[in-house]
Amino acid sequence: MSKRIDVHHVTRVEGHGNIVVEVENGNLTTCRFEVVETPRFFEAMLLGRPYHEASHITSRICGICATGHATASLRATEKALGVTLSEQSWLLRKLTFHGEILDSHILHVYMLVAPDFLGVGSVIPLVNTHPEVVLRALRMKKLAGDICAAVTGRHTHPIAMTVGGFTHFPTTAELESLHKRLVESRKDLDATVELFSKLSWPEFERDTEYVSLSKPDEYAYIDGDIVTTDGVRVPPERYKEVTNEFLVPHSTAKFTRNKRESLMVGALARFNNNYDQLHPKAKEAATALGMKPKVTNTFLNSAAQVVEIVHSTEDAILIIEKLLERGIQAEEPAPVTRMPGEGVGVADVPRGLLIHHYQIGEDGRITGANCIIPTNQNINNLEHDMRVLVPQVMHKDQEAMRLDLEMLVRAYDPCISCSVHVLTIK
Amino acid sequence: MSSNGKPKIAFFDFTSCEGCQLTVVDSLQDHPELLNVVEIVQFREAMTEKGEDYQIAFVEGSCTRASDEPRLKKIREQAAIVVALGACAHLGGVNALKALHPLDEVRKYVYGDKADWYETYDTRPISAVIDVDYAIPGCPIDRNEFIAVVKALLLGKKPPIPDYPLCVECKLKGNVCLYTKGEVCLGPVTRAGCGAICPSYGASCEACRGFITNPNDNSMREVLAEAGLTVEDITSIYTMFTTYQVREKLQQKG
Repeated sequence: MSKRIDVHHVTRVEGHGNIVVEVENGNLTTCRFEVVETPRFFEAMLLGRPYHEASHITSRICGICATGHATASLRATEKALGVTLSEQSWLLRKLTFHGEILDSHILHVYMLVAPDFLGVGSVIPLVNTHPEVVLRALRMKKLAGDICAAVTGRHTHPIAMTVGGFTHFPTTAELESLHKRLVESRKDLDATVELFSKLSWPEFERDTEYVSLSKPDEYAYIDGDIVTTDGVRVPPERYKEVTNEFLVPHSTAKFTRNKRESLMVGALARFNNNYDQLHPKAKEAATALGMKPKVTNTFLNSAAQVVEIVHSTEDAILIIEKLLERGIQAEEPAPVTRMPGEGVGVADVPRGLLIHHYQIGEDGRITGANCIIPTNQNINNLEHDMRVLVPQVMHKDQEAMRLDLEMLVRAYDPCISCSVHVLTIK
Repeated sequence: MSSNGKPKIAFFDFTSCEGCQLTVVDSLQDHPELLNVVEIVQFREAMTEKGEDYQIAFVEGSCTRASDEPRLKKIREQAAIVVALGACAHLGGVNALKALHPLDEVRKYVYGDKADWYETYDTRPISAVIDVDYAIPGCPIDRNEFIAVVKALLLGKKPPIPDYPLCVECKLKGNVCLYTKGEVCLGPVTRAGCGAICPSYGASCEACRGFITNPNDNSMREVLAEAGLTVEDITSIYTMFTTYQVREKLQQKG
């Protein structure tokens, strides 16, 4: 019995990746996830650029997590140059970040993952067979995009976020309207949790080291320590102790490993590390989805995203209430207090831990840059998962086996353009 | 045309962030009626089905390696109309920033002693490799402009892309000019069409839509210098999305 699965460019993922699996006489002989995206060299592109351009350049690493890249980039610059954000700026940064988590997760679970479970090749046939599901997804996704648009002008490549704060502010009326729509969207959340709790997720277990940010006072998305389920806790500046990167010839993305052979970042890692800090309604959703930490079924990363959709909606409602209570002020960005400087910015973006590390010279130009991307950290773990999954499914016919492997890849919600865009060796 | 009489369209991506394709998804969200008049046969980011028979190809991303050229040429052979989708395909975009440093250094900075494993060459817009019929500018594209272009193509008309400076739209919006606030902006030389979205959100225009046909570069540079920018600062602001064009112009001057 010999089989070769060669999915040249996996679809419904961001970027270009290939699955190559060979089984000969019942033995797994080849098992690779090849990243064939073109390298883009963002870190080198940053060299010599003025510090205020960094977030605009690096948001272009990824159209899906542009706000996440801008956030990590700004935090790196702000730490390097001694910039302290106001309370209002923090609330706005967090609000637009929730907008991106919602936008990205809704896109992933509804349009990229759900078609596999409903037996179709894309979301388009669902327009006829499951119109209420598609309309709900579109309605939720539009609201997410509108949150980002109100705060920063647009979701893909945010405009109004700058070093020290913002150059534009949402109006009270815009915030009130978003609040009303978020509250109304709770019925869509209930329907979402119900839909995904009925799916039969593939049975699969492989424990790994789950890595995320962690903060004492909230479910961490921006800033915090880097923690792992194997008991590691380091401040962002010591990120290299966790993200030991290495190169392999079949991938333009670098791989990472820490305590074990591989590690995993993303919604499931955050869920496993920070479950206690989820909003009570998000915990209810987790219960409905049959999840309690530590969850070691990789396919449930998509279910953890559903839990986070609930959390981000509820937290966005609370943030808007705070902003409305305080009243929105048109503030100047907080000042730069030192130059030169070096800083590490961290954000737990939709696909997991993102790190930007900059050195800025006396003239305000960038002299060194390093970015570590969630998908890079995950690809190595994905290959190890594939090695466990293939023997479990190799009795199936080629087509069914291919679908299982593709579903595993999609569970990671990989962002392959990101993964090759910024990798540095110093 | 497909059997149902709808024109077939396909989306392709080269070196890019895929944000323009996401903007297409967002546009279709607001205009689902478009799906009644066209048939999407290929859109890797959103669907598994793959059709090789299409009349209109939208191409996102710049060309950054020789081995991508055959795929681009094959798209040109098949499609009656090729549209560059967004700044990377249209201009080279931010990908071209790497041309500001020697390519060898760029490769070593990112991949160290394994630099040879990864193929790359000078970033170029797709029009440097194949004939391109139209471009939808912007980083990312403007969703309303995308819809307007598709409608024009379906009616057999030339897509309505403006060729006047951004300042026109900015004034119509009633924005306070950033220069009066002591900031700088490339609005006077940049192609309009985005509704001056960046100045409207308090940020300067960075020319992601490329330059108008006859920009007054000398005056623009004088204005920037008067605003206190050094020669290096002016080079920075002029190269964010348009390094390829700036270098081409320098080469023409010899």
